[in-house]
Amino acid sequence: MSLKSKLHEIKESFKGKKMAPAFNALHTFLYTPNEVTHNGTHIKAVDDLKRTMNTVIIALVPCLIFGIFNAGYQHYLAQGMIEAADGFLGASFWTWDNFEIGAWTILPLVVVSYGVGLLVEFIFAVIKGHEVEEGYLVTGMLVPLIVPVDIPLWMLAVAVVFGVVIGKEVFGGTGMNILNPALTIRAFLFFAYPTWMSGDKVWVHGAVERDQMIAAGQTNLDAISGETILGTYAQNGVTNYDYWDMFWGIIPGSVGETSKFLIIIGAAFLIFSKIGSWRIMLSTVIGALAMGLIFNAVVDAGIITESSKFYGLMDVPFWQHLIIGSILFGAVYMATDPVSAAQTNKGKWIYGFLIGFISIMIRVFNPAYPEGVFLAILLMNVFAPTIDHYVVQGNVKKRMKRLKVKAA
Amino acid sequence: MSKDIRIKKGLDIKLIGEAQHELDQSPMSEYYSVRPEDFHSIIPKLVAREGTTVKAGETLFYNKANESMKFVAPVSGEVVEVERGPKRRIDAIKIKAAATQEHLNHGKFDLGNATAASVKEHLLASGCWPFIKQRPYDVIANPDNTPKAIFVSAYASAPLAADLDFTLAGKESELQAAVTALGMLTEGQLHVSVGKKANSPLAGLNGITLHKVSGPHPSGNVGTQINKIDPVNKGETVWTVAAQDLVIIGELLLTGNFNPQRTIAFVGSGVSKPRYIQTIAGAQVSSFLLKDGVEKGSNQRVISGNVLSGKQINEDGNLDYYSNIVTVIPEGDDYEFFGWNKPVFDKISPSRALTFSWLTPNKKYDLDTNTNGEHRAFVVTGNYENYFPLDMYPMQLLKACMYQDLDEMEALGMYEVAPEDFAITEFMCVSKQPHQKIIREGLDLMLKEIG
Repeated sequence: MSLKSKLHEIKESFKGKKMAPAFNALHTFLYTPNEVTHNGTHIKAVDDLKRTMNTVIIALVPCLIFGIFNAGYQHYLAQGMIEAADGFLGASFWTWDNFEIGAWTILPLVVVSYGVGLLVEFIFAVIKGHEVEEGYLVTGMLVPLIVPVDIPLWMLAVAVVFGVVIGKEVFGGTGMNILNPALTIRAFLFFAYPTWMSGDKVWVHGAVERDQMIAAGQTNLDAISGETILGTYAQNGVTNYDYWDMFWGIIPGSVGETSKFLIIIGAAFLIFSKIGSWRIMLSTVIGALAMGLIFNAVVDAGIITESSKFYGLMDVPFWQHLIIGSILFGAVYMATDPVSAAQTNKGKWIYGFLIGFISIMIRVFNPAYPEGVFLAILLMNVFAPTIDHYVVQGNVKKRMKRLKVKAA
Repeated sequence: MSKDIRIKKGLDIKLIGEAQHELDQSPMSEYYSVRPEDFHSIIPKLVAREGTTVKAGETLFYNKANESMKFVAPVSGEVVEVERGPKRRIDAIKIKAAATQEHLNHGKFDLGNATAASVKEHLLASGCWPFIKQRPYDVIANPDNTPKAIFVSAYASAPLAADLDFTLAGKESELQAAVTALGMLTEGQLHVSVGKKANSPLAGLNGITLHKVSGPHPSGNVGTQINKIDPVNKGETVWTVAAQDLVIIGELLLTGNFNPQRTIAFVGSGVSKPRYIQTIAGAQVSSFLLKDGVEKGSNQRVISGNVLSGKQINEDGNLDYYSNIVTVIPEGDDYEFFGWNKPVFDKISPSRALTFSWLTPNKKYDLDTNTNGEHRAFVVTGNYENYFPLDMYPMQLLKACMYQDLDEMEALGMYEVAPEDFAITEFMCVSKQPHQKIIREGLDLMLKEIG
């Protein structure tokens, strides 16, 4: 008996039972179901939600792989064991050693994120008796990419449970949520465990451990400092990284967000495959540049001087805001989440622009939380339905006007 | 006056099995059925009980809400069975065709001295009224209203649609009689849309406003054309008549006989020789299905209508009252290994997510009835708009229907739409939502609550 007919039999035996959604979720991963249309359209286009989500995951894989190498690279570099890599193809970057230690740090994050998240999804699907929806496939991939490398796994697990339950399931599951679940998870981590989410110790694998060893009295060790560029600027410091390092991504930061180069490639893939909204991506970038220009103008006008604590970030040339921090990652993979974003095309322009604008504003004005992107996106998630409401009202008004012209 | 309508948003779904311009005469079917469900929202009051002998054009039942609206027999013969469903709902009235066909003659209609009232009365009594539909609600027109305009689409853009230029050729006199009569029913204009490059027999008619349509499907849907020409506002009514039904109306007016003969397109990849067939509304499809058609015992879906909005019927089913096309496509009741992530070349996709139909825009596809995925909540946004030419927000309207907010449905343009307008968005819906059903239920709710 072939695998196909065997699985079909098992599916039939589960029919009507409580565990059916759990089995079906696994089954449909292997085989698209034998479901046929009834009335309505008798044929359907090939795209389904799984394919859509899968496309986003494909676009994220390069970021993940790069993140793995970068975790190892930052670890060894901070310990002074390797030379700094020269550019994207630098010899000391793409090494087996880097990969090994990176994989050992980051793959557990991926496993915990998917394992815990999907478990929650399965439980909800079985309790509520609906099929397991694919929303978490992307969320589960995003979460490990937007956290610091050394985040303890139990914290991640707690945050994932919180994010999936409060961020999504209480609203009715995939398609009904107001906030982006991945960002809800990050926000939870940020506010619940701030020491693990910011500062200069969390971005490089081993830095915290090293600190603890020094505190325990080992004097022959130097502390590892792995401050992000944003952190440096926020303290009016001067960074040692050049623009190309930032662009290629060989800098400390959250796991998957550092390589702007690979993010741009992912964005190109998403736009080409028509899965990601180019309107949101483009307008977010425009919004960020606009805010950057305003700050530059303020500095040029002499309103803010070097003595100000905002000077460091305000003085950053406007275009550099795009290659530091996670603004690009947020614009491409987070802001474009179709459920929590604005849903009308006009609305998407406004929504994206405001995300970019507010991201840079938070980044500059709130040195305690230099990474404002996730807060800006969450804020705009909340306002997206309002934006849509006014856009749709425009169409409604047009229809009303048509009636009035007739009546007059 | 001729106005061009250019539709940009839409999608031509190209399928294997387009009908050749070749006409076959179908043998007379043994039985003919009239199904009240074809006349949406009509509650039938049966006249011809089992055992009655009827002539073609004789009343089978009338509309309970409006007794003057008759529904008549397509052929002469004996009513052998009235199939009933739950609560004694009439499902079908089955007529065994007589060997020699007799028509009930309603008398030649004098168009010269006709008035709106006399046209209405004649069409209602003769069984031709059900061919006139109205918007809002996409139901049979209420004869008490006067529409602001009447629309006829003589351009078919749906997949594998019958080429109306072919099926209506030579019917100019019937068409002219029908549009002359219908023109009296409206204060406004009678809009007729033809294909831009077409050589339509309707183009030369008198008393019409001609529009030339071009662009991808749903450019041929009358709903699209109404939206571009003279959209329906709150409180207004427009009527629509399918071009092929004008011929039946025309013949009635000219000869007095009700003769619902149709030239149907017999199409789809399941048909060995796709072509045109002359038959009668309500005929059993088995009367023509097997000859140069469907392989016996093959796993095929037979559809009365097109693949987007037609009705699923079985091989022993009947042509419905309005269709001028029977489509046969393979059933897709099989699993596909890794169907959700492997590259796809042989199915149509609006995206490029490892799907490659964008590379071959002119390829003809052999699509089956598989849903290609499971039903989900609305997730993806912005892609319906790319294929939806009406000036409104399709997803917002669908959601308003789902949560049954009448005010919002009205504001978002529910008066203008029919289920078929949402066929193309349903086809490409990533979440596999039943758009046409949602819209139909929304329209029914409005009809019930607002009327």
